[in-house]
Amino acid sequence: MAKKPVIELKNVWKIYRMGDVEVPALRGLNLKIYPQEFVAIIGASGSGKSTAMNMVGSLDIPTRGSVYLDGIDISHMDESDLAQVRGKKIGFIFQQFNLLTNLTALGNVMMPMIFQGISKEERLEKAENLLKLVGLGERMTHRPKEMSGGEQQRVAIARALANDPEIILADEPTGNLDSKTGKMIMDLLVNLNKKEKKTVIIITHDTKIANVMERRVRLFDGKIVK
Amino acid sequence: MCIGDNMLIEYLNFAYQSVTHRKTRSFLTIIGIFIGIAAVVSLMSIGAGLQDAVNEQFEQMGSNKIMIMPGGEGGVGMMSAFTSSIILDDDDLKLIKKVRGVGETAEMIMKTAPVKFRKQTKHKLIIGMPPGSAGEMFKDMSGFDIEQGRELRDDDKYKVAIGIDVSEIMFDREVDVGDRLNIQGYDFDVVGVYGRIGNAQDDSQLYITMDIARDIFEEEDEISMIMLEVRDGFVPNDVAQDIKEELRDKRDENEGEESFTVQTSEQLLSSVNDLMGIVQIVVIGIAAISIVVGGIGIMNTMYTTVMERTRDIGVMKAIGARNNDILLIFLVESGMMGLLGGAIGCGIGIGLAKGVEVIAAGSGFAMLKASVTWELILFALGFSFLIGAISGTLPAKQASDMKPVDALRYE
Repeated sequence: MAKKPVIELKNVWKIYRMGDVEVPALRGLNLKIYPQEFVAIIGASGSGKSTAMNMVGSLDIPTRGSVYLDGIDISHMDESDLAQVRGKKIGFIFQQFNLLTNLTALGNVMMPMIFQGISKEERLEKAENLLKLVGLGERMTHRPKEMSGGEQQRVAIARALANDPEIILADEPTGNLDSKTGKMIMDLLVNLNKKEKKTVIIITHDTKIANVMERRVRLFDGKIVK
Repeated sequence: MCIGDNMLIEYLNFAYQSVTHRKTRSFLTIIGIFIGIAAVVSLMSIGAGLQDAVNEQFEQMGSNKIMIMPGGEGGVGMMSAFTSSIILDDDDLKLIKKVRGVGETAEMIMKTAPVKFRKQTKHKLIIGMPPGSAGEMFKDMSGFDIEQGRELRDDDKYKVAIGIDVSEIMFDREVDVGDRLNIQGYDFDVVGVYGRIGNAQDDSQLYITMDIARDIFEEEDEISMIMLEVRDGFVPNDVAQDIKEELRDKRDENEGEESFTVQTSEQLLSSVNDLMGIVQIVVIGIAAISIVVGGIGIMNTMYTTVMERTRDIGVMKAIGARNNDILLIFLVESGMMGLLGGAIGCGIGIGLAKGVEVIAAGSGFAMLKASVTWELILFALGFSFLIGAISGTLPAKQASDMKPVDALRYE
């Protein structure tokens, strides 16, 4: 039985307007990502990689074409509905970690659950478990600036898992880390795919990372190249 | 998808973290608010206290009293009695006594005169008290009670009863019953000291009999002020109108151009209250400017905060924050700054009001009690929160309208 894709991009165009000039970043992109896949989206800068990530992560809507998340067309949703959907279904990991500096590790991990209206007790329990899972059981009350890059990225991974999303979307997750720490983070992501059965999508230009992945999608000039 | 209480508490927590994270900036931001609120709270409570004091004094006086003073209307209350060169006299009094509804009358003389005790001389207001029941009425209305010695008697010659401040404060040495004062060149024996009334004016006056006052001031029939009681069953305002008409006829004056003032105690009270109302409005107007400037300060800071936290906004949106969540987060933050300013302002304002109370008591005006009410505090806090939230509306809207992709890219 053929599985249904969790994410499907159908003939997606994204055109940016710079003054009077129209710059197409994506030109009719078609992409299907299936449950529990471990996918790398690769490409040089300017290839449309970041724009593709925004589409896959439902951070933005296409100029033309459709994006389906779990079979639902999100191309015409308004910003708030979109936020609700992506908060529930997608966990983000960024190159810059992007933790909120005012909050502790625990506060950061609880954050996505606040926006889903989950009770305080449940949030606290879940966040504690997740921080233990990424090996930060001892550092829950530390703030980002008191933690190393690797630790911050692990907090970000715990945060990405907070709402039990089907999909983990990581944008250059090891880009700001040394190779040893980077490997540790990659191991965590592999684990998420294998053990926790998450669909993991990594956007990267690092071929070493891409080579570990089961499937590679290469972008060039806003289209997929084989 | 409503926003639960649950989330609001979290947003309060975010706001608290953010406000306390940048203490200096937050403090500078709220200065405008707390100066304005401090001004409003202190002046409102002093104003209300002043009003209470005035009302209390008028209550003592009773609502069925009428006062007639020389000088046209528009002079503020009793001031015209001291300053005007136009006078009332015995003929006026006789005329007034004949008006229907007029009961007991009390006329008095008020003159400023040199008062000498040992080697010191001070200029003070001397009151010539009417004899008999008229004098009693005057004392009742003013709330005088003798504390040492005895009351002034009608047949006293060159005897004086003094206010408590004359006894205790005015001269280097305390003036006691039995001491001798020289007033306007004549020697007087002190027979009594009145208890504290609570306003510096009454407490520093000296009281002598009417006849003697006329002698020493060489005034045969001048009267500085007439107070009268309206008989039961008559309306004070109507009686006052009749008195006005009689006096106008006698003096051949037109309505509106009188050389005298007839006021019922109610009118006097309301004119004093009107005056205080005007003062309060002016003061609140000035305070309002400070609060508006404070609000603009909050707006400015919130714009900066929104800009600094653009990336945070992007992250929050990426992990599921809806536009309304972001809006509320920033509104709560700016509201909290307003509230904080308001709270500090209330503290300072109450402190100032109590300070004024202490100073007033020290200078003889013990009747003034700053009236700090819960309503005033709640209003000040609610208002400052509102100012904060309103000032934050535009910056918060800007934050909530950001696109997550753009916000995440922001360096």
